[in-house]
Amino acid sequence: MSAPEPTTKSGFDIRDLKNLFGGGGSLKQFGILGALVVIIIFFQIWTGGKTLQPGNIINIVQQYSYILILAIGMVMVIIAGHIDLSVGSVAAFTGIIVAIAMQDWNFPWWAGILLGLVVGAAIGAWQGFWVAYIGVPAFIVTLAGMLIWRGGNQLIGDSATVPVNGEFQNIGKGYLPEIGLGLPFNALTMLLGLIVVAILIGLEIRGRRTRKVMGAASDPLWISIVRVVILSAVVMVAAYLFATGREGTSFPVSGIILVLLVVAYSFLTNNTIIGRHIYAVGGNKHAAELSGVNSKRVNFFVMMNMSVLAALAGMIFVARSQASGPFDGTGWELDAIAAVFIGGAAVSGGIGTVAGSIIGGLVMAVLSNGLALKGIQSDLVQIIKGLVLLIAVGVDVFNKTQGRPSLIGLMTRKSGTGSSNDSTTSEVTPGGGTPDTAKPADLPR
Amino acid sequence: MVIAAHTEPTILDMRSITKEFPGVKALDKVSLTVKAGEIHSICGENGAGKSTLMKVLSGVYPFGTYEGDIVFQGEVVRFSGIKQSESAGIVIIHQELALIPELSITENIFLGNEPGKGGVINWVDAQSRAIELLARVGLDDDPDTAVKNLGVGKQQLVEIAKALNKNVKLLILDEPTAALNESDSQHLLDLILGLKGRGISSIMISHKLNEIEQISDSITIIRDGKSIETLDVKGDGVDEDRIIRGMVGRTLGNRFPERTGEAGEVFFEIKDWNVQHPLTAERMVVKNSSFTVRRGEVVGFAGLMGAGRTELAMSIFGRSYGKFLSGQVFKDGKEIKLRTVSEAIDNGIAYVSEDRKALGLNLLDTIKRSIVSAKLTKISRGSVVNDTEEAQISEQYRKSLRIKTPTVEEGVNKLSGGNQQKVVLAKWMFTDPDLLILDEPTRGIDVGAKAEIYQIIRDLAAQGKGIIMISSELPELLGVSDRIYTIFEGKITNELPVDKADPETLMRSMTSSSQKVAAR
Repeated sequence: MSAPEPTTKSGFDIRDLKNLFGGGGSLKQFGILGALVVIIIFFQIWTGGKTLQPGNIINIVQQYSYILILAIGMVMVIIAGHIDLSVGSVAAFTGIIVAIAMQDWNFPWWAGILLGLVVGAAIGAWQGFWVAYIGVPAFIVTLAGMLIWRGGNQLIGDSATVPVNGEFQNIGKGYLPEIGLGLPFNALTMLLGLIVVAILIGLEIRGRRTRKVMGAASDPLWISIVRVVILSAVVMVAAYLFATGREGTSFPVSGIILVLLVVAYSFLTNNTIIGRHIYAVGGNKHAAELSGVNSKRVNFFVMMNMSVLAALAGMIFVARSQASGPFDGTGWELDAIAAVFIGGAAVSGGIGTVAGSIIGGLVMAVLSNGLALKGIQSDLVQIIKGLVLLIAVGVDVFNKTQGRPSLIGLMTRKSGTGSSNDSTTSEVTPGGGTPDTAKPADLPR
Repeated sequence: MVIAAHTEPTILDMRSITKEFPGVKALDKVSLTVKAGEIHSICGENGAGKSTLMKVLSGVYPFGTYEGDIVFQGEVVRFSGIKQSESAGIVIIHQELALIPELSITENIFLGNEPGKGGVINWVDAQSRAIELLARVGLDDDPDTAVKNLGVGKQQLVEIAKALNKNVKLLILDEPTAALNESDSQHLLDLILGLKGRGISSIMISHKLNEIEQISDSITIIRDGKSIETLDVKGDGVDEDRIIRGMVGRTLGNRFPERTGEAGEVFFEIKDWNVQHPLTAERMVVKNSSFTVRRGEVVGFAGLMGAGRTELAMSIFGRSYGKFLSGQVFKDGKEIKLRTVSEAIDNGIAYVSEDRKALGLNLLDTIKRSIVSAKLTKISRGSVVNDTEEAQISEQYRKSLRIKTPTVEEGVNKLSGGNQQKVVLAKWMFTDPDLLILDEPTRGIDVGAKAEIYQIIRDLAAQGKGIIMISSELPELLGVSDRIYTIFEGKITNELPVDKADPETLMRSMTSSSQKVAAR
């Protein structure tokens, strides 16, 4: 995804370092990834090492996996230019139906999950129909949905709590099992880490090959190697932490579901036709339609997909809390939307990534968790989270609108190649006119 | 105010203006001297620095962000924003109009400048002043009309009325006629000349060299961020070729490529095409139109703005415009149905829109993704896009169409207009069309890039593709097409082989349906 400068660099150049994690075009993502690292380190120190203890990170995954799952669907909705306010209510509605199906109608756990997904799809089809085919703004449709499905949950569940059985609880509370090799860590968790490392290496090699085919300069080899080594180290350390927790714990099942979804949806948004169509419709609906894209189908798909993921998130939550209640999922939509925007998506659509949203969600998760560890009251936590959202997006917008050389602009002009800087300049030259005139200098003439 | 011709005081003197963006020197010691009461044109290719210079002048780039001095009416001025330059009497009218469509003419004229006391607007005063201002620009519409109900030409006049209200001394017009048809353009040019008569100086930026030649007193040519020369139109005997030579730094020997290859047999035909306005049922936008296209032929469509050219093209291209009533499409002798855009694409038809930014491209996307976006299935297996192939293909187009960009991973928003247009052309060439409909393919792009686009069009024709070229510029139609249809009020009024066509005949058929000249 990164677009490094097409210069033919050889050997070591310290300025290449900024390409280490998505330099060039996507400094934004580097920024938010950096922010995540800073926040983790900050809380690690402040909580006296509690943040990165195995028990705590397992807790973070279990506690926030459903928000992150929602963020995956939400970023696609937002890229397409919509919003979904109903996710919390859809999750709650699905949760109560699944709980009742298993308790009263004796559904086995797998049938319960299947039923939940079908319910989510049906709700999504309903909302997608109004958005895509009638043309009611998604804000209105899902605001209505927020009321309808919340009410539905309380109507069906009689505003009471319905417990779920032990097997079903696994999707929210379960862990990767021990396979009894007598190792001092959970073998499957470490294996999972190795698989992720293998995927990272594969992606890096593939990326270099694609750039070669394009005739574009790749990052210097050492950058690639350092990048892979650092990421692999992070993954393996994380895997080791998950693998060495309290007896009987390891990487949570909900985390596995999350990882699989992240991989699948990153692929979907980047490498498939429907993924491209989502960006196309969000970026310029008319141009997309004139390129043969069926924008109604795309809008229907993103809305439906969101509700299916909301249903899944709802079931994981129910499984973790061992029961479905009338107030499950309250406020989830706000957490998911915040994660997406912290992760660099644009309110006007067309911009955003699954990976960015996950990082944005993790920022919120680590923040909430760290503050909770320090025993900060929830009123303060809310204020802090609100400020973080505002500042994260504010910094982002500020960086984009550096049309005129601010202090920072002047400083960056002297150093660095400047390519990423003047590109942002040309995007936002105010006052109409021809944006064409603000050409980057690095175009060969 | 009477200005003695021999003294010719200057109203504006910009002295060695240098403006740098991070990594780019957009302006390099540019000087511009405008005499009081003259119309001064600035010519240059896209990216030469014209708009940047005007933004420096109008305070969009405030004092301190550029080097050099601006002397306005004998005083060095240091604007910190557009408000200040406006109060000094410099008003810029941008290419993209800055009117609020939902507000009335009066409300727009006084927006940000409302007459009244303590925040309460005096509408009676506003109204009477609006009527007065409208009279000065030759507009007799009701000042309560919402701006969205006015045509582009009239909107432009409202902009000028707005400028007059600010007591303008120096009016800057950035591509004022780009979106106007011939008669509206003429009206606007006359108005600018009229303002000159009242002592208002103007700076005009335009790509339409004939207009520049027609109304300018002097011309400053800017190339690659440097001021090259200032020509005195009357004294120096300036003509279009002279201006072009200055702009590109060389003589464009022939602006139009040679026609190579013979047109083949008729392979595409439209019969009795009727289309209704999407909102108003009684309004017919295209009436009983029939035409043919041969293989290897460039068919020009001439017509004034609003004649129904774009509507005809878009209604053929998957019924993207209006309400289809009746008509038949034949390709290779067989009738085909083009009910959706995908059907049109699958049948080998491509449509390059006149509005590149609104309808042609997703400006948030990269070059490589844009190029393959109209036929992703071609490089996909089971819905998975092969991004290696995507990279290879877009790289090929970058080379063959000479798209100026470091890599195809750049965003299309970073390209100049001409290069964006090449990306759009690549996008549609990638769909392997048999028929390409090009709607104003050279709008808003500079002379050098235009010549390249013409060459691409002729090359495509030489490959045996049929081309429909819609254009408002008659020289371009005459220079590139093999055959020209004229269209007026939704009807095809004439058909001429290019060797029998001349601007006068075309213009006659474009402005009335009665004179059906027997051409063949």
